[in-house]
Amino acid sequence: MTMNLAATDLSKTPTAKESPVKIACTDVNLWYGDKHALKGITLDLKQNEVTALIGPSGCGKSTFLRCLNRMNDQIKGVRIEGSIMMGETDLLDPKLDVVNLRTHVGMVFQKPNPFPKSIYDNISYAPLMHGLVKKGSECDDLVEDSIKKAGLWDEVADRLDASGTGLSGGQQQRLCIARAIAVQPEVLLMDEPASALDPISTATIEDLIQELSDSYTIAIVTHNLQQAARVAGYTAFFYMGDLIEYDNTGQIFTNPGQKRTEDYITGRYG
Amino acid sequence: MDMTAEMTPERRAELDARVQRKLKKRYRAAKRFHFYCVGSLVLAISFLAFFFTDMISKGHSAFQQAHVQVDVDYAEKNLRFTKRAIAEDMHDIVSRGWLRDLRRVKKENPELVGTKAVAWALADDEVDQYLKGNKDLTGDDNTVEQKALAARIDALKADGKIKMKFNVGFFTNGDSKIPEMSGLWSAMVGSILVMVLTLLFSFPIGVMTAIYLEEFAPDNRLTQLIEININNLAAVPSILFGLLGLAIFINFFGVPRSSALAGGLTLGLMTLPVIIISTRAALRAVPDTIRQAAYGMGCTEWRTVRDHVLPLSMPGILTGTIIGIAQAMGETAPLLIIGMMAYIPEAPEGFLQAATVLPAQIFTWAGMPERAYVERTAAGILVLMSVLILMNASAVLLRKKFERRW
Ligand SMILES: Nc1ncnc2c1ncn2[C@@H]1O[C@H](COP(=O)(O)OP(=O)(O)OP(=O)(O)O)[C@@H](O)[C@H]1O
Ligand SMILES: [Mg+2]
Repeated sequence: MTMNLAATDLSKTPTAKESPVKIACTDVNLWYGDKHALKGITLDLKQNEVTALIGPSGCGKSTFLRCLNRMNDQIKGVRIEGSIMMGETDLLDPKLDVVNLRTHVGMVFQKPNPFPKSIYDNISYAPLMHGLVKKGSECDDLVEDSIKKAGLWDEVADRLDASGTGLSGGQQQRLCIARAIAVQPEVLLMDEPASALDPISTATIEDLIQELSDSYTIAIVTHNLQQAARVAGYTAFFYMGDLIEYDNTGQIFTNPGQKRTEDYITGRYG
Repeated sequence: MDMTAEMTPERRAELDARVQRKLKKRYRAAKRFHFYCVGSLVLAISFLAFFFTDMISKGHSAFQQAHVQVDVDYAEKNLRFTKRAIAEDMHDIVSRGWLRDLRRVKKENPELVGTKAVAWALADDEVDQYLKGNKDLTGDDNTVEQKALAARIDALKADGKIKMKFNVGFFTNGDSKIPEMSGLWSAMVGSILVMVLTLLFSFPIGVMTAIYLEEFAPDNRLTQLIEININNLAAVPSILFGLLGLAIFINFFGVPRSSALAGGLTLGLMTLPVIIISTRAALRAVPDTIRQAAYGMGCTEWRTVRDHVLPLSMPGILTGTIIGIAQAMGETAPLLIIGMMAYIPEAPEGFLQAATVLPAQIFTWAGMPERAYVERTAAGILVLMSVLILMNASAVLLRKKFERRW
C-alpha cells in the first residue's frame, strides 16, 4: 500500500483538546500461548476523544482493542499482565464482572454482525436484557433515538420489522453502531468499522464517529490513514506488538518522532 | 518458466497452445467425474426402485382381504360352540378367528341373540390366498379335497357371495396365530410408545450435552476423551446397546423386560450420540460473529446460547433428531436382546407392559411359513418405509424452510 499523505487535508484533523484520561493502560503485556502479542503497552485514552490505532497487519491493534472490553477472555490460552484502569476499576482484574464492563465499553466489529432478527429487536435486545428500559414506548423511543444517532433512521424508519440481515453492508454496520450505543456505554471500541464499505457509507460512518465523540470515548482501529487523520484527535502507531508512538494526530502525521512511524505513514512498509 | 522474458507474439502463441492442451484434458476429467456421479446416482435409485416394486408387488394384496357371505344363526347355544352358527359346508371357508369372535356377540350386540341374519364373514386365509392367485388348489399336486374346495369357492364367487374388501383388520388387529386375523396395531402402538420415550430420553440429554461440550467445556484431556468416546459410540454396533440396556435398565434398575420403557431407554441410549453429534455440528455452523456480537453487548455465555446460538441452530438440531429417531424406529437388533421380539397380540396400554415394534413384527412374520404372512411381511415393510420416508421428508423440509443466509 502506498500512501500519498500530501493528498490528505490535515487542516481537517481534529485538534486535540486537553481532555481528562478515560482509560489508563500501564505496561500491558499479552501472550497468545507462547506468542508475545502486546509488549508493554502504556497509553491513555482521553475522554470524549477519538483515538486511532494504526499499524501494519498483525501488529496487535485488534488484540489491544479487545483487552479494553475483555473480549480476549473468549480466546483460549491468553495471558495478560499489566493494568488497565478506568476510573478506580482495573479492567484486567480477574474478579471483574465482564458482563457489567461490556455495558460500559461497547464494541463494533470489522464485519457487520447484526443478529438475524428484526431491526427493532437488534437494537432493543441489549437494553431490555440489561433492564435499561421497559418494554413499550420507553423502548420504542430508545430504538428510534439510537437509529437516528447512527444516521440510519431515514432508511429504515418504515421497516423496523424487517430483518437486520436484509440491509446493505453499510446499513448493517450503522445498525451495529446503533445497537452498540443503545446500551449507552461510556467507551466505544471500533475495529475497522468501515473496512468493507464504499466511500459514501464510509463518509457517513466517519461523520457519525465525529458526532459520537461529543458523548463517547472512542478507540478505532483503521488501516486507512486518511480516515485516522480525519476522525481521530489522537493516534497510536503499533508495530509488531510494540507501541512505537502515541501523540495527537497532527503531530503523528506532520512531525512523527520515530523513524518507523514516518516510514509507515509515508508508505515505506507494505 | 522465465517470468521476465518479453511477451513476443510467438511466446504468446506458445503459452496459449499449452493452455489449450491442458484445457482439453481438464474438460475430459470433468466429464468423467460427472459421469461417475450420475452413474452412482442411477445405480442407487435403481436398487431402491427394485426394492420398492418388489415390496409393492408382494405386499399390496395384503391391503385387501376376502370376505364371504354366510347365514348366521345367533341362537343362544350356538354362541358357545360357534361352529354350529353357520352351515357345515362353510366351515373351511370362513375364518376360524371370525367364528371364535362370534362369542363376543352376546356382549357386544345382545339384540342379535336368538335371531338369524346374513353377515359378511372374514374368509379363511387359504380361500383368500387362492382368490389372490397366491395359492394353487387345482393343480396336479393338490388333493381331491382341495380341488373340491376350489370348486366351491369359484361357485360362491360366481354367486357374488365372496368379495374382496379393504383389510381394516390389518391396521386394527394385533398379531395373531390365525394368519387372516393378524395385523399391525399392537406393533404400531408399541412403536409409538417406544419412540416417544426415546425422544423424551435422548433429546434433552443429547442437546444439553452437546451445548456443554461445544460452548462451555474447557479444551482438556478429559473433554477430548469424552469427545472421542461419543464419536465412537455412534459407530458401535446397535446390538451392543441392547446388551447395555439389558445389563443396566433391566438387570440393574429392574425395568420390566419387553416393555416399551426398556425399549425406549435402550434406543435412547443408541440415539444419544447421533443427537449429540448433529447438535454440535448445528451449533458450530452458527458463525462466531454472532457470539461476539452477543458477548460484546454484555450477554453472559448462557444468555448467548439461549437467545442467539440455540434458536439459530434449532432447525439443524431437529433435523438431526428426526434422522436419529427414524434410525431408532427401524432398529431391531438391540430390541431382540431386551425381549421385544415377542408375540404380542394385544396393544400395550402403558409403558411397563410387554410391547413389540414394527420392525420386530415384520421380522416375526418373515419367519412364518404361511403365504398370508409373506404378504403381510411385505405390507408391514411398506408401512414402516412410508413412516420413515415421511419422517425424513419432514427433516428435509425443515432444513429447507429455515435455511439461512448470513
Ligand atoms: N486468537 C489468536 N491466537 C493466537 N494468536 C493470535 C490470535 N489472534 C491474534 N493472534 C496473533 O497476534 C498478533 C496480533 O494480532 P491482531 O489480530 O491483534 O493484529 P491486528 O493488528 O489487528 O492485524 P490486522 O490489521 O490484520 O487486523 C498476530 O501476530 C496474530 O497472529
Ligand atoms: Mg485486526
